Amino acid sequence: MYDVVIIGAGVSGAASARELSRYKLKVCVVEKEEDVCCGTSKANSAIVHAGYDAATGSLMAKLNVEGNQMMEELSKELDFHFKKNGSLVVCLHEEEMPGLKELYDRGIANGVKDLRIIDREELVKLEPNIADEAVAALYAPTGGIVCPFGMNIAFAENAATNGVEFKFDTEVTGFEKKDNAWIVKTSQGDIETKYVVNAAGVYADKFHNMVSEDKIHITPRRGDYCLLDRSTEGFVTHTIFQLPSKFGKGVLVTPTVHGNTLVGPTAIDIEEKEGTNTTQEGIDELIKKAGTTVKGLPIRQVITSFAGLRAHEDGHEFRIGELKDAKGFIDCAGIESPGLTSAPAIGKMVAEILKELTGAEENPDFVATRKGILDPKTLSNEERAELIKEKPAYGNIICRCEMITEGEIIDAINRPLGAKSLDGVKRRTRAGMGRCQSGFCSPRTIEILARERGVDPAEITKSGGNSRIIVGINKDRI
Amino acid sequence: MLNYDIVIVGGGPAGLAAAVSAKRNGIESILVLERDKELGGILNQCIHNGFGLHTFKEELTGPEYAGRFIQQLEEEKIEYKLNTMVMDISENKVVTAMNREEGMFEIQAKAVILAMGCRERSRGALNIPGYRPAGVYSAGTAQRLVNMEGYMPGREVVILGSGDIGLIMARRMTLEGAKVKVVAELLPYSGGLKRNIVQCLDDFGIPLKLSHTVVDIDGKERVEGVTIAQVDENRRPIPGTEEHYTCDTLLLSCGLIPENEISSGLGVEMNPVTSGPVVNECLETNIEGVFACGNVLHVHDLVDFVSEEAKAAGKHAAEYIANGAKHIDSKAKDVPIIATEGARYTVPKTINPERMDEKHIVRFRVGDVYKNCYVSVYLNDKRVIHRKRPVVAPGEMEEVVLKKEELAAFPDLSQITVKIEEA
Amino acid sequence: METRELICIGCPMGCPLKVEMNNGEVSSVTGNTCKRGDDYARKEVTNPTRIVTSSVIVEGGSLAAVSVKTKEDIPKGKIFDIMKALKGVKVQAPVHIGDVIISNVADTGVDIIATKDVI
Repeated sequence: MYDVVIIGAGVSGAASARELSRYKLKVCVVEKEEDVCCGTSKANSAIVHAGYDAATGSLMAKLNVEGNQMMEELSKELDFHFKKNGSLVVCLHEEEMPGLKELYDRGIANGVKDLRIIDREELVKLEPNIADEAVAALYAPTGGIVCPFGMNIAFAENAATNGVEFKFDTEVTGFEKKDNAWIVKTSQGDIETKYVVNAAGVYADKFHNMVSEDKIHITPRRGDYCLLDRSTEGFVTHTIFQLPSKFGKGVLVTPTVHGNTLVGPTAIDIEEKEGTNTTQEGIDELIKKAGTTVKGLPIRQVITSFAGLRAHEDGHEFRIGELKDAKGFIDCAGIESPGLTSAPAIGKMVAEILKELTGAEENPDFVATRKGILDPKTLSNEERAELIKEKPAYGNIICRCEMITEGEIIDAINRPLGAKSLDGVKRRTRAGMGRCQSGFCSPRTIEILARERGVDPAEITKSGGNSRIIVGINKDRI
Repeated sequence: MLNYDIVIVGGGPAGLAAAVSAKRNGIESILVLERDKELGGILNQCIHNGFGLHTFKEELTGPEYAGRFIQQLEEEKIEYKLNTMVMDISENKVVTAMNREEGMFEIQAKAVILAMGCRERSRGALNIPGYRPAGVYSAGTAQRLVNMEGYMPGREVVILGSGDIGLIMARRMTLEGAKVKVVAELLPYSGGLKRNIVQCLDDFGIPLKLSHTVVDIDGKERVEGVTIAQVDENRRPIPGTEEHYTCDTLLLSCGLIPENEISSGLGVEMNPVTSGPVVNECLETNIEGVFACGNVLHVHDLVDFVSEEAKAAGKHAAEYIANGAKHIDSKAKDVPIIATEGARYTVPKTINPERMDEKHIVRFRVGDVYKNCYVSVYLNDKRVIHRKRPVVAPGEMEEVVLKKEELAAFPDLSQITVKIEEA
Repeated sequence: METRELICIGCPMGCPLKVEMNNGEVSSVTGNTCKRGDDYARKEVTNPTRIVTSSVIVEGGSLAAVSVKTKEDIPKGKIFDIMKALKGVKVQAPVHIGDVIISNVADTGVDIIATKDVI
């Protein structure tokens, strides 16, 4: 019997798992996909919001500001990429200035620090490529960017190191209440637990509604994005939003922590919870809107486009807490933007709720730090030479676009909750994330995955399930 | 730090021919750096025949063609390092490279020849909407899996793009037991060689749909089908023309892009049309002593022309080392070659009438299909070449030959113009 | 009189060929720019042939597979018979360019030879 079963190994589930591992609790995370970070957490704007958007007094606003304040230290503790690059909400029409002021006031009320409105002159100094129409901007120096995979994986790895179990390819199908416990029905059998945390992203309403009469509804709100090549690095240095107004909502243009430029998202409400397909209309809309706040965006440098689903709950609020009519069932639902930013605070809140409910003691063996995959690019040439002498795999470049070595890929496969698929390797190391989009490295990464995992290359998938790359051998059907 | 006269980045067809040529032009100290585990580059996976008619007067397969040059390299006792990635080249020609055995190491070169080849345009760069399942591969990735590793990447295949690799893979997949259902091409003409359409598609009854593109990809985990539609003259899909194909694989053969990340870092001036370096008739870039050849310079249709170009680069690099300062002096007399009216670019972009050989081949591509047209060359405003061509197409590289004596007849030559003139 | 239009596959130029035929006999070939085109046209309308290339598994070598080809043209109708003959073929390293992998493949009188060295 587990103390806690967390449904979902996205960033909220993983953050909750990590925070719960501070206590003497038997915790298990169940995930229907083959890896952590496979849903909403993997496809979003990768922004650490300052906290001026959410309604003052809301849980969203509170956790956003808290999460933002925790991020820098956490990124050091758990070794993931984070950069406080500052964000700008750009006002393109003089008549919209009251809207900008309103945003500023809300930010102040929410507790956002160092917020100020800057004029065009200062704006141009910060962002030389800003649109000619830009009249002013709300400048939030506390805004940042993060590697969403990096953060999610860091939480999960640290949780695993501290004793949390992870069950992948395990889909929850239902619940039964048994005495003071829950039986979680899954595709891999029943799991008994005292408490359930529902961190199932776009599926959180489905699980909530299985146990509660107080129904909720989550709309998957699709956002399409275009990712531009690292050759665009420096085109913008801040995260640039367009002030939402009667002229439209616009799309953001932001650098990523790895030097790409990201443009997006659209916002299209759908019902299909797996509907992560991009559409021609979506991409067209992005390309059209992308040039509104900045001039000369090198949109032709796009290396991939993708879509993510926000888990938009009808009340547009985070729903975190034990259900009144289902004791021991804790929702962590409606986690949409600023969910990624809030994740550290969400994890903390979930852990505190469970600490109250269980009265659990602290885990004296808890290790708060985690070391990420060694990036040889951060080493001096001498250090790198030393590393290669010791481990020659670090001298073998596999992904030539991102210059990722075999050593990094081996590390990604063999560490706690290691990569099993091409996408797993990609999210952990960036191998295959560059301009050729794995054209050159995928056959070699398959070889390494097969060797390290001791399986046939035909078993290696892109992202688990039926996503095999190799379907047979030559002439096997003739 | 190691020291070599010439460092060649890439051991594919361009690098091999450049190395052999430099050696035969008197340079002893040459090092070829190859990132793969063997020499020969992309030729190793091009196991089909059709290579070498110009160079060897016989039809060879890719590996055989590479084998001939590798043999020459061995005979000339030219040094090379495999599994070695060039990480950086500084402006004063210090090459930083890395491999398992030697770790990170530096080489001071007197001249550098860039021969890194090209990569394929990916799905992402094409903005094809739909899911992102397994089963979408660039044609070259599939080629490597099938030809070099013996693995089938799919059973039922749709191919987008009629570039040569796509056409070749249509035949290869068919021969190995897959069903190739259709080849869709966005443009109203094929990007591949005509003979590949005959022997790779027509031979096997594979339809080629011109002015068509992929508008949707189905399947969450593995491709389950793709939808193609006809496009209008602006290359936009025409609603109502959609056709769905059940398949598990989509291969993309939608163009090649020179791999110039190292060149850009080095400060080499690039031509936005070719995505390759701007070079003079010595195939020298704006950085003195840095040369480029093969697909890193501009994408070729035929490896024979890559070898020819690389041979010239090797010779000029050798001359550069022999001549030094004299070589630089003549730069002032470079005459620009302007590509206009149908001609998209030329390689080289400048030519020096004093320094040039007796004859110089200028290669270029056209931007559209022209029938019964003339390829014309003007020296200043006088037309000196007016060659009739029944048809020219963007998929097939064109050439004109400039003669030293002709250029010498124009002492005040300020520009050379290459254009297509309609009949 | 019968006329057939072909694209020459003899070299990358892809010349458009016109073949005039009389009772199954070729009476003229036009549109070619070299002798190769004439030869191709005459053969293509009477007995079309192709080179077939593939690869087979190699054991004990530095690479997983070795590329192979028919040493000469084979009748077009035999292409798939040759692929069947190549099914399951494994060779031991070392293999050198020109080594015979299968002799007289599918009764064509033509050998399958290696096109790559695998040591």
